[in-house]
Amino acid sequence: METYSLLREIADSWVLLAMFIFFAGAAIWAFLPSQSKARKDASMIPFRNDNDGNANKRTDDAPKQKSRKQETKSHD
Amino acid sequence: MNYVKLLLLGGVTLFAALASSWARDPAYQLHAVLIMLIGAFMFIRVLRQTDEPPAPMQPQDRYEDGVIRAGVIATAFWGIAGFLVGTFIAFQLAFPELNFDWGQPFTNFGRLRPLHTSAVIFAFGGNALIATSFYVVQRTSGVRLWGGNAGWFVFWGYQLFIVLAATGYLLGATQSKEYAEPEWYTDLWLTVVWLTYLVVFMGTIIKRQEKHIYVANWFYLAFIITVAMLHVVNNMSIPVSIWGSKSVQVFSGVQDAMTQWWYGHNAVGFFLTAGFLGMMYYFVPKQAERPVYSYKLSIIHFWALIFLYIWAGPHHLHYTALPDWAATLGMVFSIVLWMPSWGGMINGLMTLQGAWDKLRTDPILRMFVLSLGFYGMSTFEGPMMSIRAVNSLSHYTDWTIGHVHSGALGWNGMITFGALYFLTPRLWGRKQMHSMAAINWHFWLATLGIVLYAASMWVSGIMEGLMWREVDDQGFLVNSFADTVVAKYPMYVVRGLGGVLFLSGAVIMCWNMWMTIRAGKPSTTALPARFNATPAE
Repeated sequence: METYSLLREIADSWVLLAMFIFFAGAAIWAFLPSQSKARKDASMIPFRNDNDGNANKRTDDAPKQKSRKQETKSHD
Repeated sequence: MNYVKLLLLGGVTLFAALASSWARDPAYQLHAVLIMLIGAFMFIRVLRQTDEPPAPMQPQDRYEDGVIRAGVIATAFWGIAGFLVGTFIAFQLAFPELNFDWGQPFTNFGRLRPLHTSAVIFAFGGNALIATSFYVVQRTSGVRLWGGNAGWFVFWGYQLFIVLAATGYLLGATQSKEYAEPEWYTDLWLTVVWLTYLVVFMGTIIKRQEKHIYVANWFYLAFIITVAMLHVVNNMSIPVSIWGSKSVQVFSGVQDAMTQWWYGHNAVGFFLTAGFLGMMYYFVPKQAERPVYSYKLSIIHFWALIFLYIWAGPHHLHYTALPDWAATLGMVFSIVLWMPSWGGMINGLMTLQGAWDKLRTDPILRMFVLSLGFYGMSTFEGPMMSIRAVNSLSHYTDWTIGHVHSGALGWNGMITFGALYFLTPRLWGRKQMHSMAAINWHFWLATLGIVLYAASMWVSGIMEGLMWREVDDQGFLVNSFADTVVAKYPMYVVRGLGGVLFLSGAVIMCWNMWMTIRAGKPSTTALPARFNATPAE
């Protein structure tokens, strides 16, 4: 079999299946209820670790973050 | 270590000196001289530090912001350069006399046009992406940029790439591939710089203190990896001589065309979309002071975009020698792509839920929202234009140019301006930009400019497409090509004016940045205290 036909055969069957399963898996994983806390935690990352260029203040805006969490309706 | 560096730099300088004397063409010669001078400069710099006591280490308990400051300035600089050339060539199309006789062949449209596209996409957009990705990855990982001075190598290496590419175009060194015009040695240099960029970015993610990799970093990482792959495959060529800039492509014919547009469309999909979405997922939540609307949706958005974009390229080759099945594949994937794109837009816009009132008072947020609006508009227009029947009208007309610019000026331009307004005061220790009114002016000038640009190109493109296909009752074509050129004149003038408005908005931004930076001084930001329990050495 010439290289093109062989590669085409593999691409059209197993590779296609593998990619589709990976994609479906990623989509399902995104909706897993057990990951809800992890998603919420990750979505708050931009509001940690940064004191917005205020040179003399050590970063520790944990309390601020808490209050923001309360006022925001949660969509994880 | 310094001795190795000296040997290497000495070797490079010597080689460049030989190359400058044996060069076969002016572009190669100029580049050899340039590299010789840079090599000699670096040689002397390293030599002066050799066998001296090592310079005091920079404090390691702070974010590395110096390279980001440089990137912010470079973004603004190349932005002005790119917009200026773009506006000039827009008027060249309206008034051909602007292809001055005294400037031939260096300043004709054919050489300035790649200068414009590369300047805005790679110099303006690329610097914005490098600077913001370094900013975002440090802030969302809670650690200092990995790799010490490698970040600075990426910055200066990338500027050298831009200079080599731009001067090469003017002197006629081009491999004639859309958005990939630079010749072989410039491509090789970019590969080195880009892989260093990848290593610095990955290194920072790997040593992160946060448990999760924030979604913006996923987009940035996909952008860096995919661009590396696209760049290497698309630029496979064999130099005719090591002393000249000319090279011969490895692919030919329809394979070359397919590779070219596989690269070209993914340059849009990964450089101008995935990378800038990384910006969106950090700066929009920050500016709105709300976490992203749905983290679920952002995960779906990411994977769907990654899986779909890579197949969309063939829609650039409808009605060509490309097999029909390949063109249909490209078309179908382009249409499917509409959904994740709009999912991302909705995710960005809905982040403002409960904070919409901020739009009245915050011009920076307004810029982000407008850019998301243009993202949505051009990701609807694109799939529509990829449909074969629509494409038969739109292809080769100004409609395509209008589409590209509503995406580039609206989405990429606006989000970059917003990011620059976000970063400048923070990096130079100011509370906010020097003038908020000037941001407002910039917003409206840029918006009006884009509206003029897109509207005139729609009219011109559809008119041109209809004129080309118009036949009389005998089946003969009614219009000659020159007829369409004459008919487009008023639209070309309006387009040029749109460019003037967009450019003047950017000039106001530069003034505003200048005033902000002048009154501030470089500020440093400490790493988060809770990760810094061990005292920094």
